[in-house]
Amino acid sequence: MSLFNVFDIAGTAMTAQSVRMNVTASNMANADSVSSSTGQTYRARQPIFEAVFNDLVDNNISNGVRVTGVVESQSELRKEYQPAHPQADGEGYIYYPNVNPIEEMTNMISASRSYQNSVEVINASKQMLLQTLRIGQ
Amino acid sequence: MCSSKSYVGIDEMDNLFGIHADALKLRANRAELLAANIANADTPNFKARDIDFEAMLNQVANSANTYRTASIERTHQAHLEGNNTNKQGAEILYRTTLQPTLDGNTVDLHAERSAFMENSMQYQATLRFLNGKINGLKMAIRGEL
Repeated sequence: MSLFNVFDIAGTAMTAQSVRMNVTASNMANADSVSSSTGQTYRARQPIFEAVFNDLVDNNISNGVRVTGVVESQSELRKEYQPAHPQADGEGYIYYPNVNPIEEMTNMISASRSYQNSVEVINASKQMLLQTLRIGQ
Repeated sequence: MCSSKSYVGIDEMDNLFGIHADALKLRANRAELLAANIANADTPNFKARDIDFEAMLNQVANSANTYRTASIERTHQAHLEGNNTNKQGAEILYRTTLQPTLDGNTVDLHAERSAFMENSMQYQATLRFLNGKINGLKMAIRGEL
């Protein structure tokens, strides 16, 4: 029954989108985690999505989505001159993470909308299945 | 129209639900495809897919054989059978986008969502038809009015 597969497919999407939400939350939480060197400073992370294909039936039909990994942003860190800061380096500089709060906000909204879409797909499929079970009654 | 046989054979039971049984399976398959499209709405380079429901249903309705596969015509015995078909033989096509995206994704979430809803309503309509047939049959069996 292919309608049961819809639950699996929408489930993978919900998992992937919640990973994205977690990563966004981590980025926002660490937006002000300063440090005294470029190596120690937190860098913005992004999950990488990839379509899952069912090799047993047909190579071209997707069976959901998965997160293949989380990558760190390579854009430059913000360097600020604050000699009075307890974490300032020898020259009086501190380093801010390369988290862009606006980017993170849009990412969060997009992830939450996609998650809601999957929930609605599951609800609609559930209704369809329940009605199929009631057939002939 | 009167059948020469006085009982309903298995073949005729198969015909009882007519096109609706096939339609129900096709709708369920389409729901799966559309769910995969919605799941991959944020996946780079993912290409949205769908079936041409009308064409597929016509093919299923017109084919006399029991396998009901929509395969590519083979003009030689050595030719391989195409496998771009799902369980019911529906050919799965790629969607053409209205708005191209930078990441190569062709899922238009609004179109997919409305298609999913439309498909779900049509699935329920098909269920109604089937229920009508079953109820009619039950009434005939019980001899009710």
